[in-house]
Amino acid sequence: MGKYILRRFAGIIPLLFGISLLSFAVINLAPGKPGALENSLNPRISARALERLEKLYELDKPVYERYWHWLKRTAVLDFGRSFSDNRPVIEKIAERLPVTITINLLSLFLIFAAAIPLGVRCALKPDGMLDKVMTAVMFFLFAIPTFWLALLLMNFFGINLRWLPVSGITSLDYEYLSPAGKAVDIFRHLFLPVTVSSLGGIAAMARYMRSSMIEALAQPYIRMARAKGLTERSVLYKHAFRNAVMPLITIMGLSLPGLVGGSVIFESVFAIPGAGRLFYEAVMMRDYPLIMAEVVIVSLLTMTANLLADLSYAWIDPRLRDKR
Amino acid sequence: MPMLASDIASAGICGYIFNGLVKYDKDLNLTGDLAERWEVLDGGLQIVFYLRKGVFWQDGVPFTSRDVDFTYRKMVDPQVRTPYSGDFERVERLETPDDHTVRVFYKEPFAPALSSWSVSIVPEHLLEKEDLNTSVFSRVPVGTGPYKFRSWKTQEKIELDANENYFLHRPNIDRVVQRVIPDPSTLFLELQTGGVDLCGLTPLQYTRQTDTPYFRGEYRKFRLPGDTYVYLGYNLRSPLFSDIRVRKALNLAVDKDEIIKIVLLGLGTVSTGPFTPQSWAFNPSVKPSPCDPPGALRLLKEAGWEDSDGDGILDNNGRKFEFTILTNQGNEERIKTAEIIQRRLSDIGIKVKIKVVEWSVFIGEFVNKRDFDVILLGWALPREPDNYDIWHSSRTREGEFNFAGYTNPEVDLLLLEARRVFDQQKRRELYRKIQELIYADQPYMFIYVPDSLYVVHRRFREVAPAAAGIGYNFIDWWVPPAEQRYRMR
Repeated sequence: MGKYILRRFAGIIPLLFGISLLSFAVINLAPGKPGALENSLNPRISARALERLEKLYELDKPVYERYWHWLKRTAVLDFGRSFSDNRPVIEKIAERLPVTITINLLSLFLIFAAAIPLGVRCALKPDGMLDKVMTAVMFFLFAIPTFWLALLLMNFFGINLRWLPVSGITSLDYEYLSPAGKAVDIFRHLFLPVTVSSLGGIAAMARYMRSSMIEALAQPYIRMARAKGLTERSVLYKHAFRNAVMPLITIMGLSLPGLVGGSVIFESVFAIPGAGRLFYEAVMMRDYPLIMAEVVIVSLLTMTANLLADLSYAWIDPRLRDKR
Repeated sequence: MPMLASDIASAGICGYIFNGLVKYDKDLNLTGDLAERWEVLDGGLQIVFYLRKGVFWQDGVPFTSRDVDFTYRKMVDPQVRTPYSGDFERVERLETPDDHTVRVFYKEPFAPALSSWSVSIVPEHLLEKEDLNTSVFSRVPVGTGPYKFRSWKTQEKIELDANENYFLHRPNIDRVVQRVIPDPSTLFLELQTGGVDLCGLTPLQYTRQTDTPYFRGEYRKFRLPGDTYVYLGYNLRSPLFSDIRVRKALNLAVDKDEIIKIVLLGLGTVSTGPFTPQSWAFNPSVKPSPCDPPGALRLLKEAGWEDSDGDGILDNNGRKFEFTILTNQGNEERIKTAEIIQRRLSDIGIKVKIKVVEWSVFIGEFVNKRDFDVILLGWALPREPDNYDIWHSSRTREGEFNFAGYTNPEVDLLLLEARRVFDQQKRRELYRKIQELIYADQPYMFIYVPDSLYVVHRRFREVAPAAAGIGYNFIDWWVPPAEQRYRMR
């Protein structure tokens, strides 16, 4: 097992190298020049000043040379400074990533907490009343555009009912609140973003869970278990469920990169200063150092998450565990 | 760091924390800020600023002429990543005979130089040993302005506290929180919960969505003349648009009032040249051309364009009159404007395609490389009217701002002259002439000047819109105690 983990970690390095090479090539091939300045169309900014800036950012050098420089610096974990405000890129990401990760973990948790029981329930009586209603609801949730749903919920809970704040992550008077008050404040602010970002996932996951559970329940070993006289509860959760949940873990691993990328939508709608928006703005501004650093960090996170998914696979399925 | 800030939002924050030597008053005239008064000597070769006495930096250190000298040296320092060095590279030298006098010597008279001293002055004592590009000062600025920096959460909010010792007077409002809300719909929802006290509005929000009893009770809306104009810029190098009769005809064929009615819901005025009506350089005697499609067809016929093969599209020696309007993504108003123009030009037999591209591609690949027929774009005008960089014939190379490729020797001379003359009355005459000539040449089809629309919560008193907008007297705003919503603890 230990060897397996080590081997998987070693595999990450060439993969990262490939990702960074490709990304560097793609952002440099994309038309448009980097920087807010080049693109600001401000006559007060003189051509000489721009030339000076290009030199300082090394944009006058060929792409392969810049990539080599970037690689050398990144090897010692120096991601450089952002073109837009000259702050260390790593600092910019560090202050934005926690919010995004928190919201994504919370919504991941919510997705599993809601999708698994829903899927199991539906699978017990396929085409029953509950299954039919849930199918309709799930398709509706899956198809609905997130930003639109977010705005509707904000309007309903924030303006009509005045129960929840509309946007941001803290209130204006946050610093004057008691510790418990602070927790409540953050909870109130995160409620809608987490809900909205998990609804689509719940819908998809519940569907997967349902079909996977139906499949598992049709297996001979279930009949065997029932024949043994095991309780229905034990049949469902000990025998069918364990087998049915495995594909879900694979799917979750595959959906992780989408979570960070998809964050840009709810981060914009809810005015949350997260990494998704940072990344999006960096791309629009052609802020090369920031784009590259985010690519590396997000792919690292994704690969780690995939690895974790594979490991939990092994944990759940003894057959896989014993082979290695 | 004010001199590194290149976007409007950071410039706004700098305005709270820092001061320049001069500033624009509510009627958009230059007036003293950190300088009490100034003199222009030797026909503009020398400007002497007499600084206000008894001004302190927010950390208690006195402000002196050495800070001005320091700011100037940093503005022209090649190591400092400022985009605004241009105006200061004209300075020959700067002297500080005493703590409260600054003498600036210029290589040649340059009238816009005076307004360039509205640049934020930064403290020498905190920055002399720092690398301005990377200094932590950028995250905890100290200025001389009405508000002190309190906290900054990137892309979330900035908090400022009143400066007790501000040299004019302590601002009445104790704390200002500026939030970043990227999505306009969210901003509008926040407004409806009362979570935002001051923000800009779109024309649709101004006319329709804020027309509710709640809004009328809680907020006041302001509509002020804008300082941007939207235009259709021709590529004058293209044989299609080099003929002035063609450009005049296109101008006659498009009804700008219709565009304003549809796109801005009536909240704007027809643009009549490179200045907007609130500027002192604006020439009110230049009137917009009427909408006259038959007249447009007559002019086009004169220029050789006629529908000779009866397919509904004008042609000239076998070439059809068709072109592409290029504009940037993300600006609904411009895209709608392009569509109306497309419709009105197809009415007279001109085929127009519209292409919308992402901003940095738009600028980098099309505008800067002159690879376009026609672009639909806007200019946001600074208060200093000098627009040499947009209209002078020497500014047509790649990356420069005369992308239309406009050349008119008379305008060239006037632009230069207007840079040399310091007397505002005389400069006004020159700019008025420039506006007349440019409007007559139609290098752009000048379309509209959108109004600036704001909403402010009713509890704020002393909000007095003027030519300069609403923010100029912010330190005088106040809220009666009974209506105060947030209290400092």
